[in-house]
Amino acid sequence: MHKEKPVITVHVADAADIDAVAALDAAITGTEKATYWNDIFERFAGINQRRKRYFLVAKSANDELLGFIVGEIRAWEFGSPPCGWVLALSVTPDQRQQGIGTLLFEALCAQMKKDGATTIRTMVLGNDKTNLSFFRGEGLAAGPYIELERRLD
Amino acid sequence: MKLQKASRYALFAVLHLASEPERQFSTAEIAESYGVSIHHLAKVMRTLVRSGLIESVRGVGGGYRFSGNVRRTTLWDVIHEFESLESGIDTPDELRGNAEIVVTGLDAVMNEIDGLNRSTLDSITLKTLLRYGVENLDNAP
Repeated sequence: MHKEKPVITVHVADAADIDAVAALDAAITGTEKATYWNDIFERFAGINQRRKRYFLVAKSANDELLGFIVGEIRAWEFGSPPCGWVLALSVTPDQRQQGIGTLLFEALCAQMKKDGATTIRTMVLGNDKTNLSFFRGEGLAAGPYIELERRLD
Repeated sequence: MKLQKASRYALFAVLHLASEPERQFSTAEIAESYGVSIHHLAKVMRTLVRSGLIESVRGVGGGYRFSGNVRRTTLWDVIHEFESLESGIDTPDELRGNAEIVVTGLDAVMNEIDGLNRSTLDSITLKTLLRYGVENLDNAP
């Protein structure tokens, strides 16, 4: 029997979405950070939003949060010309493999492209197979930068 | 990093089968498609069956069929059935003087390289390679 594709909409996050975003993030990462997500909302979609910052959510027909993506076009950090960054992306675990991440990513790419970005990049933990495979599947590959770090103790 | 022949053959076979998961192919057909030794490929196919990545189909027109998930199976899932990709430093059993300090430092560097290699191979699914690899082949000069 033909299974109908669920109706999924992608739009800019509003204040009413933030509790669900924080809960989804906490469920995935195991760390509650409601203050952080309220701050991200204010800076990326709320009253302190600047241009070229994006906070999009994917919702079901009954207004349930299915996923979110946060991004920004930054210029000249690390010597890089203007470039879109994906800062966060999450999809509800039981709703994965339906193309929700791709919908969010493509919506972000479209907005960034409209705003002048020609490249999109992100940073993923080396052992985060789910996100690495997702971004690889969207065509991202290693770029010209290498992340370096050291402990300060 | 250099992939061993067995890993290369395994990737040829798994990608070939995964590109048409509903079909079955014989070892001879795959060997001919990639110009590789049928004898060596047959051994590789047995390992792939044991790993559960492919299954053998008996009967008329029998052969092998992909039995994994093309969106979940990564290049590393295939390769690690055949090799560990650990870069060793060829050192004598007994290190003298400053050699131990240098070798410890080199070991750390090699571990970093190995980690990056594994992360990269474990992030690329068969579906991704089939999609972008084939596009790249089409665009090759």
